[in-house]
Amino acid sequence: MLKIENLHVSYGGIQALRGISLEVPDGKIVTLIGANGAGKSTTLRTISGLVKASSGSIQWNGEELLGKPIDQIISAGIAMSPEGRRVFADMTVLENLRIGAYLRKDKAEIQKDLEWVYQLFPRLQERSWQLAGTLSGGEQQMLAVGRALMSRPRLMMLDEPSLGLAPLVVQDIFSIIREINRQGVTVLLVEQNANMALRCADLAYVLETGNITMSGSGQELLADERVKEAYLGKNS
Amino acid sequence: MQEILPYLINGISVGGQYALIAIGYTLVYGILRLINFAHGDVFMVAGLIMVYATTAMPMYLALPLVLVVTVLLGFLIERVAYKPLRSAPRMSLMISAIGVSYLIQNLAFYITGGVPQPVTNPIPWISENVELFGQSTKRVTLVTPVLTILLVVALVYLINHTKIGMAMRAAAKDFETAQLMGIKINAVISMTFVIGSFLAAVGAMLYFTNYPSVSITSGGMPGLKAFVAAVFGGIGSIPGAVVGAFVIGLCEEIIKGLGYTTFSDAFTFALLIVVLCVRPTGLFGEKVTDKV
Repeated sequence: MLKIENLHVSYGGIQALRGISLEVPDGKIVTLIGANGAGKSTTLRTISGLVKASSGSIQWNGEELLGKPIDQIISAGIAMSPEGRRVFADMTVLENLRIGAYLRKDKAEIQKDLEWVYQLFPRLQERSWQLAGTLSGGEQQMLAVGRALMSRPRLMMLDEPSLGLAPLVVQDIFSIIREINRQGVTVLLVEQNANMALRCADLAYVLETGNITMSGSGQELLADERVKEAYLGKNS
Repeated sequence: MQEILPYLINGISVGGQYALIAIGYTLVYGILRLINFAHGDVFMVAGLIMVYATTAMPMYLALPLVLVVTVLLGFLIERVAYKPLRSAPRMSLMISAIGVSYLIQNLAFYITGGVPQPVTNPIPWISENVELFGQSTKRVTLVTPVLTILLVVALVYLINHTKIGMAMRAAAKDFETAQLMGIKINAVISMTFVIGSFLAAVGAMLYFTNYPSVSITSGGMPGLKAFVAAVFGGIGSIPGAVVGAFVIGLCEEIIKGLGYTTFSDAFTFALLIVVLCVRPTGLFGEKVTDKV
């Protein structure tokens, strides 16, 4: 389980996170919703080690992650699919997946995981020799998720997986997120599409200007008047 | 035709030497977007070390030592002068590179006393004269292009088919995402400096076999021309740097063959100006596409 306590992060004099605390229990889907600039991405980037925290703690199964280099955090079982997908456009799909397993040395197991990812995303298998830059947005998102899965994470962090995708593709992505979770991977999901995110989340947090202002099960927040007004549109 | 042949062979040889230096520029640029102005001086230092080492110890120790010390120098330059500036504006990095270039030249001045150091013990075999199309030339002229091609093939294999090569390609495109894959960016950057310095050291050993002495400014011209070759080929691209280097080497020698020796350097820099005006990304340069 991932446990964040009183986490403060600032860059360039701006306080991006002002002491947030949250928990991601094993085997669950947890979502962070909030407006642009609320600190959602910063939270994920701090967990993954890309951003340094000024104070607080991030414990992963009782082990402190703050101050650890990124590769150790990945090896500890945390992977991230970054915002905007960021696939390596001039590498093939297969190379993109292989680079996701960069830190692993267990060749036979990597091969197994590759087959597993191809099973989850048959489309990627069809295109394994294609350059990633030639894939559609949805396929690139699948590749970004598949690439992160190749490190065999126990916690998968997804930053805005639905960004810029057609509604039908968004549904595909979300059903894959559920499928990954069903297979035992804990999911921490950051989304602007609050409606979709809350529907699939076991636990949800609302982030506003660097503070957590609300939390509860996905269903509770879906029904909450303030959430409806601010994030779901009044009529939904 | 018979008269131009030796010039062509010379040109290919000079091109090979430029290529070995140009790869160092292009690799570092590909990853750090930095023109490593100190690279020509690293080349010069490799020449100096060769002069000292070959007089102090047997050849089989001296040559590996040249490679090791040069590689170490390249590694240290990055660690001391560029790594602390990782998140600084690119301009600071460039100024630091210029500073390193002058620092190396001045240190070399201090050590040599400003006197060109004669190459008294040239590398045997490759410095022997051979008969070629009726002209006498050193064997290094023939060895250089062959060795260059072999090293380039090895490098391309390393970059396309090994794990560290994959990491280098990933880091060259996107530092942050590469880090998210667990790639240690500093190790990858060090690796590019190690490879670049290694090739420059090989280039220096071949180059100075053909020259009577090494002076503190010996790195200037070949370094500059290799840089032009890298820009001409499209900086950041390895095939570009190699093709650019051979083209420039050949053109220079052909111009000399036609009797315009005085203009051969001018030609190279005129070529740079034309390339920058007509095709700023060079022959194989990446198109700069801004994502919407």
